Amino acid sequence: MPEGHVLEFTGVTKRFGPVTAVDGFSARVEPGVVTGFLGPNGAGKTTSLRILLGLIAATEGTATIGGKRYAQLAHPLQTVGAALEASSFHPGRSAANHLTVYAHAAGIPAARVDDALGAVGLADVAGRKVGGFSLGMRQRLGLAYTLLGDPGVLVLDEPSNGLDPEGIKWMRGFLRELANQGRTVLVSSHLLAEIQQTAQSLLIIARGRLVFQGSLGELTAQDEYATVVDAPDRAALVTALTDAGLPFEQLRTGLAVRGAETTAVGAIAAAAGIALSTLQRRGPALEEVFLDLVNGVRVHESALAPPSGGPVAAPEAAEAEAGVAEEAAAVEPEEPAAESADEAGTTDAPDTDTDPDADEAGAPEAEESTEDAAEFGPPAPTWDADHPTTDADVEADRFFSQYDAPAGDAAPPADAETEPDAEPDTDADAEGGEQR
Amino acid sequence: MSLANATRSELTKQFSTSMWWILALVLVVYVGSTAGGLAGFFGALATGAIPAGDANAPAIPEEVLPPLIYSLATAVGYIFPLLIGTLLVTGEFRHKTLTPTFLATPRRGVALTGKLLAGILMGAVYGAVAVVATVGPGAGILAALGIGTQLDDSDTWAMIGRIVIAFVLWVLVGVGVGTLVRNQVAAVVGVIAFTQFLEPILRTVAGFVDSVADAARFLPGAASDALVGASIYSSLNSATGDTVAPLEWWAGGLVLLAYGTVLLLLGYLFSWRRDVS
Repeated sequence: MPEGHVLEFTGVTKRFGPVTAVDGFSARVEPGVVTGFLGPNGAGKTTSLRILLGLIAATEGTATIGGKRYAQLAHPLQTVGAALEASSFHPGRSAANHLTVYAHAAGIPAARVDDALGAVGLADVAGRKVGGFSLGMRQRLGLAYTLLGDPGVLVLDEPSNGLDPEGIKWMRGFLRELANQGRTVLVSSHLLAEIQQTAQSLLIIARGRLVFQGSLGELTAQDEYATVVDAPDRAALVTALTDAGLPFEQLRTGLAVRGAETTAVGAIAAAAGIALSTLQRRGPALEEVFLDLVNGVRVHESALAPPSGGPVAAPEAAEAEAGVAEEAAAVEPEEPAAESADEAGTTDAPDTDTDPDADEAGAPEAEESTEDAAEFGPPAPTWDADHPTTDADVEADRFFSQYDAPAGDAAPPADAETEPDAEPDTDADAEGGEQR
Repeated sequence: MSLANATRSELTKQFSTSMWWILALVLVVYVGSTAGGLAGFFGALATGAIPAGDANAPAIPEEVLPPLIYSLATAVGYIFPLLIGTLLVTGEFRHKTLTPTFLATPRRGVALTGKLLAGILMGAVYGAVAVVATVGPGAGILAALGIGTQLDDSDTWAMIGRIVIAFVLWVLVGVGVGTLVRNQVAAVVGVIAFTQFLEPILRTVAGFVDSVADAARFLPGAASDALVGASIYSSLNSATGDTVAPLEWWAGGLVLLAYGTVLLLLGYLFSWRRDVS
């Protein structure tokens, strides 16, 4: 079985004239898991990948595969399989010949061509010209190209584009299988929903900078979740929870409990002999968290302390602030700098929402959030756009939206009071209000 | 090793689309019909089958007729190796296949050298095809008119060898043009415009103006004709009293090689090493 390699970006910067496409990007991709490389269109994903693959020369910094630059690899296609776009084909060449061309170039036995086509389900059309292929078939052929050399590293740029639902499902399973074999799998996408079910690890890039690096679970903090619980005998449930010392909020559809595991809440009800009608874990939709990270509304510590070192943190945070606060330009330069230093210091908080400066920017968003049914999706891990939104959901959404308001409005006083078990967090006054 | 692989890959590219045989077919029809037609016309003129007074063309002596007919392979057919070389590179830009190409062969110099070696082979193959297409009908018709085909003459075979060399050199020039221009449509239009209009006009003018004639000998088409050693252009020009002698055959070859080398070098430096996105 081919060996996976660590992919490492170190301070990669790429400037196209006055445009900085990638800006001091540092990240590490481990073998054995599917790593999602997320970012909106134009964030620098493709440029970063092309730099990794030696197709674009970085202005500064290096990107390596197992410690080597791509051009230094002795057997590139046998080490890295990459599919960057679905249009890299001569339309008049058959699928099998397309692969044969590159098998020859890399010194790969021609027998691998049939294997690769078979692996992606194109064996039947091997002799057909690529010009007649659908986008989905081209994507599969692109994937077959990556598999030619049976490489330990796979780099795929938006591989699900143009695939039908069945194809997407197949792709997910396929990538997971490759990662389970110990290979390094890096998959870019501009949709979190698409990658959420496949990727165990995430890199998020926005405006050429890393804004998050970690597992899917680390994307949201534990205390952003709550358990929604309800019983036909709600009064008994209220009593049981109060007795257990758990704070909760009353909703029309049930009780929202924070600061306790779902199982613990269930256990409390069971101990009190209460039959439950609802027991659900709820949190902010990852899509929202993703958008907040991308827009700079939310800043994650993993981006503040990149592997290359700390000094990047302060300017990064300052940048995020500038992106949020409309009036940032009007403020003297000292102020945001000082605040960003504060923020950089609070790296012990898992999730540092933006500072009070964001008040004005946040206000309109808070309004929207009541209408935005997607604000809180159904319980993780599946994010399903087609999930029918019920009244209960809307109500729950409205309830949770006040906690997630990216504005980080001055801590809702009611909230602070209903939360006696404030953590021994010294920054609680500054940060706590936004998080709980 | 990787160079051999790259060359093999380039040859697979060439022979896995329809382009190679379509171009070969057009080449055969084009130079074959030209050679056959002119062999018939000049042959009839030389043997007196057409009275000299009826034709407004200089009668070409029988003994220079065979090389003139055979050399049509390059004199009118050189556009084909030039196009093959150009398409060898611009096809990659047009179909965005440089990405998989460079992924398989990350060293750009190796990738380009692979194209050159494949191009040399393609040039030799097309050169051979063009020779067969001109010598076949040309010699046949000349023989039918009772004119010596000179195929038993070693000079004829030396010229045929130089025709093949000229084809190879034209492919190299084409690869250089393609690398530098990148845009397939622009490159093909440019190549056709230069070879079919610009250079013929310059060489025609050079036939009348001696000061231009001296420089015109260094035009790529003229250098190619000089390398081959006989050409319909130089024959007609000398018949009309051209005074400037063409380049030596080896000098013509070097001039053509220089065009290819300079274009390739410029293409490599300013285009081939650029970012692929």
